[in-house]
Amino acid sequence: MIHSSLTQLGAALRAKKISSVELTQGYLDRIAELNPKLNAFITVNPEKSLAQAREADTRFASGKVGALTGIPIAQKDIFCAKGWLTTCGSKMLHNFVSPYDAHVISQFNNAGAINLGKTNMDEFAMGSSNETSHYGPVKNPWDTARVPGGSSGGTAAAVAARLCAAATGTDTGGSIRQPAALCGISGLKPTYGVVSRYGMIAFASSLDQAGPMGRNAEDLALMMNVMAGFDERDSTSLQREKEDYTRDLNKSLTGLRIGLPREFFAEGMGADVAKAVEAAIAEYKKLGAVIVDISLPNSKLSVPVYYVLAPAEASSNLSRFDGVRYGYRAPEYSDLADMYEKSRAQGFGAEVKRRIMIGTYVLSHGYYDAYYLQAQKIRRLIAQDFTEAYKQCDVIMGPTSPSTAFKLGEKGDDPVQMYLSDIYTIAVNLAGLPGMSIPCGFGANDMPVGLQIIGNYFDEARMLNVAHQFQLATDWHSRAPKL
Amino acid sequence: MTWEIVIGLEVHTQLSTNTKIFSGASTAFGAEPNTQADAVSIALPGVLPVLNRGAVERAIKFGLATGSHIANRSVFARKNYFYPDLPKGYQISQFDLPVVGQGTLTIQVEPLSGNAKPYEKTVRITRAHLEEDAGKSVHGDSQGVTGIDLNRAGTPLLEIVSEPDMSSAAEAVAYAKALHTLVRWIGICDGNMQEGSFRCDVNVSVRKPGAPLGTRREIKNLNSFKFMQQAIDYEVQWQIDTIENGGKVHQATILFNPDTGETRAMRSKEDAHDYRYFPDPDLLPLEISPEWIEQVRATLPELPQAKQTRYVNDLGLSAYDASILTASREMADFFETVLAAVPKDAKLCANWIMGEVSAQLNRDGLDMTQCPITAQQLGGMLQRIADGTISNSGAKEVFRTMWAEGGSADAIIEAKGLKQVSDSGAIEALVDEIIAANADKVAEYRSGKDKLFGFFVGLAMKASKGKANPAQLNDILKKKLEG
Repeated sequence: MIHSSLTQLGAALRAKKISSVELTQGYLDRIAELNPKLNAFITVNPEKSLAQAREADTRFASGKVGALTGIPIAQKDIFCAKGWLTTCGSKMLHNFVSPYDAHVISQFNNAGAINLGKTNMDEFAMGSSNETSHYGPVKNPWDTARVPGGSSGGTAAAVAARLCAAATGTDTGGSIRQPAALCGISGLKPTYGVVSRYGMIAFASSLDQAGPMGRNAEDLALMMNVMAGFDERDSTSLQREKEDYTRDLNKSLTGLRIGLPREFFAEGMGADVAKAVEAAIAEYKKLGAVIVDISLPNSKLSVPVYYVLAPAEASSNLSRFDGVRYGYRAPEYSDLADMYEKSRAQGFGAEVKRRIMIGTYVLSHGYYDAYYLQAQKIRRLIAQDFTEAYKQCDVIMGPTSPSTAFKLGEKGDDPVQMYLSDIYTIAVNLAGLPGMSIPCGFGANDMPVGLQIIGNYFDEARMLNVAHQFQLATDWHSRAPKL
Repeated sequence: MTWEIVIGLEVHTQLSTNTKIFSGASTAFGAEPNTQADAVSIALPGVLPVLNRGAVERAIKFGLATGSHIANRSVFARKNYFYPDLPKGYQISQFDLPVVGQGTLTIQVEPLSGNAKPYEKTVRITRAHLEEDAGKSVHGDSQGVTGIDLNRAGTPLLEIVSEPDMSSAAEAVAYAKALHTLVRWIGICDGNMQEGSFRCDVNVSVRKPGAPLGTRREIKNLNSFKFMQQAIDYEVQWQIDTIENGGKVHQATILFNPDTGETRAMRSKEDAHDYRYFPDPDLLPLEISPEWIEQVRATLPELPQAKQTRYVNDLGLSAYDASILTASREMADFFETVLAAVPKDAKLCANWIMGEVSAQLNRDGLDMTQCPITAQQLGGMLQRIADGTISNSGAKEVFRTMWAEGGSADAIIEAKGLKQVSDSGAIEALVDEIIAANADKVAEYRSGKDKLFGFFVGLAMKASKGKANPAQLNDILKKKLEG
């Protein structure tokens, strides 16, 4: 059962081959067994999960069920969930039990899904290796000496290790796609504004977007049907017709125009990654797609632009963590300023502090124009590159990450090296476009490689179709690590 | 050599919406601490702001009332600083793109020195922007602990900034008063200064005529017109003394102590904050369509200036009367309701309202809204003066009774028998008797001693027990005396 997709689990539940309580207990047992090795979860709460499962089982009795009813879904610990410890990977929120549900959480609750637990993550989603978590690094299930990627590393590891059927992630600069690639699973970052950010702890508000992570594209589509939709509590949420993201899964890819950005296939990409990605492109040609050479000339500026804008927003977003109303407060302090300084000095980790410092600097009087404003201008140019490219192609493909999973501690001393692991993913967030990663083979040390699929705005259904057709033709997505 | 005083004001007006500017929490004053602090007011992790359109409408109203430019696109910005009553660690305000741009407000200045004449002045408004209020720090409970009350956090404010156009305390106070009248007039603010609904910051500097602007100091948070005048007077003298004694004025934020009548520096420019303003990524730019502006314009009442012009041109009132009658919306409404009863006697209405009514209100320490006599009651009485039913002296008695006991003019006239005698036959008989009984005085009168006319009027009035219609009596008496 643990290798089943969401579709299969849903069918089994509806056919009463298994109850939600049995299924939930099965996953909880697996978590109890394997989590000490992987550290993928920060919080599990069997009592709460099983209570939800019992309720789901009564829904099966009454017949009012949806595709995800009764299915345990793990939630990244960035989403506030009522009555659940919600830490965002930080000591700052080590004691924060949320009094309310994030939009994403209530969408899953309403769908009858079970909250299986809160997954580990880089502190405040700042990191590409899951090593910045206050709750310890997550281990890659394919090789526990390696990182799972980040910041949704707990989710990626949990899905890959079959500790859950699917889980949520969030993506500010690649935090869904890069760990999906490094752990050999599928992940989708939707168009900015498609999934409400209400109740999702903010890192960089103009870039943050929640999305599904799972075994395959079909599962992601089912998750999207629950997660997407307008929410009046988020002013950047888009008012659109409700979509069925499964509607195009089975369309043929004949004539699909795949754009390959020259800049992505230049220096920087590992030879093993290149090989797997090129093989995937060849597979797409077999499926009837045509290849278009495109250029994204400004994409090379996306890392520096991102590391101005994201820290700027973060420096302000994280100001609310001041020890006054909730969360960590230093045990001893002499006065107000001292309380702020000690609480924040002790409550935040090094990477978070580094980004707060960068963000504070770029917004400072006298530097704002040179950094923040300039970065915003380049951000527009990066988005325009994509608009131009989509005049020639339907989707863009390339590597998700320049390398496969690296070793724990390998890039710990060099933040810039770490930042470069998001070189292919960041431009997508800056433009607000949807991006995906699906498994497309294995590279050096038998570590998974991810293929990135970038769509035009609101083209998620087409991207899922493109991914699903590939997964019908290949089996990379059904490989599981041996644990 | 004299000094020139330069004053500009920043006024924070609390907008009269029922709910906060970025959440649905109530804005009612005086609730138990933190009972009106919802998740957004507390700034829980993950919550997001949603703009209250009612606050925007009030800003548009203000813009229309001051002939200001209303931006079709304005931007909310974050003003970053740490303070315990600022829950997010930033205030959502507007920076370089405010909702209301340049406009003007014409004021009537009553100079403080006895013999100078009142004059009119037009003050330029620089801008008005929307922002949220902070909470309150409640200092010094029994344990010496500072409490935080976030009920006020998120209350909508319109900050109205003037040009430094005022050159005396009298002008500054007149401007503040005119603004206070206007915001209440158009119904965007209750103007309650005790509760902090209308708070003034005053920028003061001095210079020699023709010299460049001096260094300004900002007096914060004045919540009474009296304190404003005292604070400015003290501050101006302090600056002049400082300079004349060879010192220098340094830019600073200062507080006025009403108990000592002195100002004192709170912080200097050196420790001024760098607020690191940047556009709030959680809120879209505020778009105001011409249609929206026209909808708001349709709800705007006739403004004080327009009313004054109409009162002078159409009703024949003096400019002075017109300005008094438009000192508040309540006053003008009262006047117009009274006038509706006697449309041809505007001066009569004005005289009674500015005379007897105002005097009685003053004596009883009441304001217009607490007036025990309704405008309808007064109008009813003025009708009886106009149609000759009662004399002026009779009217005064009706008024006194009405004030103390209530009732309609007609009922009081009836009960007290105050109806004038307008029967010409009865008056003629009465006059004949007096002429017959005072033959000597009649002879004197006829020989040219005109002043005796009053003597005959007095006798006749006395004989009629004050009920004779004075105009009629005059006519008959004159005719008979002239024989």
